[in-house]
Amino acid sequence: MSETEIILKIKKIVEPYVQRLEGLNNFREETDFLKDLQINSANLVDVVLDVEDEFNIEIDNESMEGMLTVGDAKQIIQRKLNTN
Amino acid sequence: MRKKRVVITGMGVAAPNAVGLDNFNHALQQLKSGIRFFPELEKLKFSCQIGGKPEISEEIINRYFTPLQLRGLNSSGIIYGVIAGSEAWEDAGLSRADADAPDWHSGIIFGTGILGVDKFREAIHLIDDGNTRRLGSTSVIQTMASGISAYLGGILGCGNQVTTNSSACTTGTEALIMGYDRISNGQAQRMLVGSCSDHGPYIWGGFDAMRILPSRYNQNPEKASRPFSENASGFVPGSGAGALLLEDLDSAISRGATIYAEVLGGDINSGGQRGEGSMTAANNEAVIKCIQGAMKNSGIKSEDIDAINGHLTATNRDTVEILNWVEALDRKGTDFPYINSLKGMTGHCLSASGSIECVASVLQIKDNYVFGNLNCEEIHPEILAAISSKKVPVSKIDSRINILAKASFGFGDVNAVAIFKRYID
Repeated sequence: MSETEIILKIKKIVEPYVQRLEGLNNFREETDFLKDLQINSANLVDVVLDVEDEFNIEIDNESMEGMLTVGDAKQIIQRKLNTN
Repeated sequence: MRKKRVVITGMGVAAPNAVGLDNFNHALQQLKSGIRFFPELEKLKFSCQIGGKPEISEEIINRYFTPLQLRGLNSSGIIYGVIAGSEAWEDAGLSRADADAPDWHSGIIFGTGILGVDKFREAIHLIDDGNTRRLGSTSVIQTMASGISAYLGGILGCGNQVTTNSSACTTGTEALIMGYDRISNGQAQRMLVGSCSDHGPYIWGGFDAMRILPSRYNQNPEKASRPFSENASGFVPGSGAGALLLEDLDSAISRGATIYAEVLGGDINSGGQRGEGSMTAANNEAVIKCIQGAMKNSGIKSEDIDAINGHLTATNRDTVEILNWVEALDRKGTDFPYINSLKGMTGHCLSASGSIECVASVLQIKDNYVFGNLNCEEIHPEILAAISSKKVPVSKIDSRINILAKASFGFGDVNAVAIFKRYID
C-alpha cells in the first residue's frame, strides 16, 4: 500500500471526529490530530479502533501514545503492516 | 425570602404513541395506542411479548444528533431523552449557549432508572472476550446514570446544576418537583426537568420474570393496558422520555415566553416499606400524606382540584390508588374530580412515565380537555363503589381545568405528587 493511499484512508477515518474542518483542507503528514483538527482527545481511541479495523492491525497503547500527527499514524500503520 | 413563582414555558416528548409535542397532543385526544407486538420478545420466550416504544424516524435522529454523536450510539434512553429535552428547550424559545460560555442560570434534572443497557450489553460481551480495549470512548458516558443529563447539558450548554435523579417510576415527577424547588428558592432561573427509560428485553425482562405483565394479549396488544379495569392483568412495559422547561415567572415574562401552566408545588415522600408498604407496594398512609402534603405546599384545598392524572398502571393496585385519592381528598362519587391514566395508551413507561404524564397533564390544562381512558369500559366494581363512572371518561371531554394533581409512585415505596395550575397573570 502506498503512502498516499494510507494517508487518504487516515483522512477518511478521522473525518467524522474533526471539529475544525479547515484542518482537512490542508491534510498532510504534519497535521496534528488535536491542534489542527481539534479532535476531542477522548475520541483518539475511536480513531485508533477505526484504523485497526481498516488496516486489520492491532495498535498497542504505547504506539497509540506516540500517534499525534498524520505522519505518526502513517508510520505506525506501515510498521504494523510490515510485521504482519 | 419570598418564593419565586415557577411556570412551564416549553415541553418535549418521545412517547410510544407519539413523538413530538404536537403529535402527542393529537394522540391524547384521539386515544391512540402505542402498544405493539415485538417478535424479538416472542423469540426470547417472554410471557408478555408486547410493549411501548417510541417510533423515531431517521429525520428526527439527524435533527437532534450530530454524525459524531451517532457513532456507536446504542442507548435508547439517551436517544429519547435528548429528543424530548432538546424539543422542550426549543419549544421554550431558548437557543443553545454559545461555544465560549455556558448559560449559568439554566440547569437540568433529568432522571432515569437504568441507562444504556444495550450499550452495556455490547461492553459485557467485549470484556468477557478479553477485548476491553475495543470498547471505544463512549461506553462510560452512554451507561452512566447521569449520561442523559450530561448529554443534554453539553448540547444545550447549561451552567447551573446538571444532574440525574432516580426513584423508579416516580423519577419524572420527582425531577419536576426538584427543579421547581431549585427555581422557587432562587437558585436557578430555568431548569429542564424530565426523565427517560430505555426499551427492550433487558429492561423489561425483570418485570416479566416477576409475572406482573399481561401475557394474554400478545395477539391483541392495543387492548392489553387496562387501567381501572376489573380484568386488568398487569402493566404493559413502555419506554420513552418527557421533558418540561421550568422557569422563574419573572424570567418567562421578561422573555415574552409562552406559558403553558404554573407549577404550584408538590410533595415527595416514602412509606419506608412499613405497614402495607414494601419494596413493590405502597404504604397507603404515605400516599395519602403525599397527596395532602402537595395540596398544602401548593396552598390549595381538595375542592380546588378539577382533574387528576393518576399513576394507575393497570394492575390490581389501581383500586387501592383510587381509594387513597378518595380518602386524601375526602371526595367521592360524583364529587370526585375527573381522573385519567395515560398508561392505557402508552403502557407503563417506567422511569419515563412521570415526565411523559406531566407533559400530558399540562397539555390538558392548556388546551381545555380531559383525555379519555383507553380500555376502561369495565371499571372495577370497588372503584365504582367509591367514585362515579362519569369521572373516568372513556373518550375526550372538553373541560376547562384550573388545577390538576399528578401522582407517580415507584418501587422502593416512594411517592411524588405535583400540582399544576392554569396560568393567569
